[in-house]
Amino acid sequence: MEEFDTIIIGAGMSGLAAGIRLAYFDQKVCILERHYTIGGLNSFYRLNHRDYDVGLHAVTNFVGKGAKKGPIAKLLRQLRFSWDDFQLRPQLGSAVVFPDVELNFNNDIELLKAEIAAKFPTQRDRFEILLKQLVDYDDLNDEMFGLSSRKILQEIFTEPLLIEMLLCPLMWYGNARENDMDFGQFCIMFRSIYLEGFGRPFKGVRLILKHLVRKYRALGGQLKLRSGVAKIITDGEHAVGVELDNGTQLKAKRILSSAGAVETMRLCEDTSESKVVQAGQLTFIESISVLDCQPKEIGFDKTIVFYNDSPQFHWTRPQTELCDARTGVICSPNNYLYDATEGELQDGIIRLTTIADYNRWAGLDENSYRREKLRWYDLSVASAVRFMPDFRRRVIETDVFTPKTIRRFTHHDNGAVYGAPKKQLDGRTHLKNLFLCGTDQGFVGIVGAIVSGISIANMHCLRTELS
Amino acid sequence: MTPAQIRDEILDILSKVAPDEDLSGLEDAKNFREQLELDSMDFLDIVLELKRRHRVIIPEEDYGNLASMASTVSYLEPKMRDIVKS
Ligand SMILES: Cc1cc2nc3c(=O)[nH]c(=O)nc-3n(C[C@H](O)[C@H](O)[C@H](O)COP(=O)(O)OP(=O)(O)OC[C@H]3O[C@@H](n4cnc5c(N)ncnc54)[C@H](O)[C@@H]3O)c2cc1C
Repeated sequence: MEEFDTIIIGAGMSGLAAGIRLAYFDQKVCILERHYTIGGLNSFYRLNHRDYDVGLHAVTNFVGKGAKKGPIAKLLRQLRFSWDDFQLRPQLGSAVVFPDVELNFNNDIELLKAEIAAKFPTQRDRFEILLKQLVDYDDLNDEMFGLSSRKILQEIFTEPLLIEMLLCPLMWYGNARENDMDFGQFCIMFRSIYLEGFGRPFKGVRLILKHLVRKYRALGGQLKLRSGVAKIITDGEHAVGVELDNGTQLKAKRILSSAGAVETMRLCEDTSESKVVQAGQLTFIESISVLDCQPKEIGFDKTIVFYNDSPQFHWTRPQTELCDARTGVICSPNNYLYDATEGELQDGIIRLTTIADYNRWAGLDENSYRREKLRWYDLSVASAVRFMPDFRRRVIETDVFTPKTIRRFTHHDNGAVYGAPKKQLDGRTHLKNLFLCGTDQGFVGIVGAIVSGISIANMHCLRTELS
Repeated sequence: MTPAQIRDEILDILSKVAPDEDLSGLEDAKNFREQLELDSMDFLDIVLELKRRHRVIIPEEDYGNLASMASTVSYLEPKMRDIVKS
């Protein structure tokens, strides 16, 4: 039986990043991925001769070349990449739009400060207080992590609308908890969106994935696609190895899993001992509209718009329908400051994300599923055009994917995008040598998942080898 | 390796671990932390690189010896004396 130092379940961002760290430091590593391609929640595909990204609206935590601080600088260093490898270009500018109020922001916090001063003059100094209360990445501990962000914000601000508007983008891009947000997660997302901001490579997510997988392979890491893990074999206290869907068994000194907390527990032979962890509930439909022009030509020059059609922002699974189109995210990958040599993206693209309910989507028969996809494309676009120029006459092609699609390609329960509400920050499980990385460990998003893979590899696979 | 070679090796490792730092003016007697932006992840990387390149193992309780270039070189000298520079 083939034996590895570390087996990694999942070739998403976190698994690939962990794999690079371990292969670089001479471990014999194997990444096992059930799907026929890499990327997980943030992969890419081709349809009718066009390239699409599954998830990429924006890479968060944008920093310019030469920056020494922040998660991107850290992950580039740890993975031995240079800034130029990822070719991140800054956003043009984004906005949070609620009825009658719009807050613009970009990669310089001064704009948001000025917007708050102009639109919520009484809250200007309070915003400064909030900035001082944010806790740095490295200083977050378990205790403060779980505090209620709403409660903390209510103590600082006296304008409820501003609280809702500040929370909206942060919840949209990284909150697994319904209604409220863990304060630790709030601090992480605040930094990654408002203090650092958005960037994107001209070539989209495939550029990032290509670099990750190339480096991993060049370092001698093994990647087995179409190799789902059916079972984690245990001896009671430890994981001994895995059994694949096709029956092959592989041995490992330790296992890192990015499959999710509940999903990983289910793979263990001894699941009766596992703690009950709740799977996440928040998932989306994503519609992509290809236009016959650049979005700028119809008057849309924003990178991302987070909209909500009432003063109260509802961050919950839809209660009565397949989707809840009261709030959404509009993104145009065209609206980044690409280099002159890169030019413009060939197609005009409008991406739209809407909250959805996994169970309702999964319960539809084939015909209704197809019909509902079309219906919710129309409904979500109709909702979005209240907050941007109407682009419907310019659409030449569309694609929609649903929570069912997300579930099928990533095997996350409920098609949950940000995983379980309760995170396992130290990555530990009931087995001594089985660890979680990625979404359910704690950090979400592209940058978050990569940082998670690195941290867990460092903490549990590299540091321990030193003693 | 001679102390001078060990110093060069550490500089090379630092240039990998912290490529954006200017190492030209590094003062040997001063703490790394005062001159470079290194966090605990970077220190772990220095230790891991030494293991990867030279099989030198530094136990966690000895990390304090890696505070400055001077202290690092004198700590590593007995451990790396017999390594032939390639
Ligand atoms: C529509 C959408 C839009 C998004 N937009 C953005 C964005 O603009 N910016 C951003 O930063 N983030 C975005 N995200 C979030 C981001 O994609 C994720 O947070 C991140 O990719 C998670 O990476 P991961 O490694 O933790 O998990 P995953 O990507 O889920 O990786 C887990 C992998 O494990 C595999 N797997 C599961 N079970 C098994 C098994 N038993 N055996 C073998 N393999 C298995 C899965 O197939 C998957 O490939 C978006 C996500 C979605 C869905």
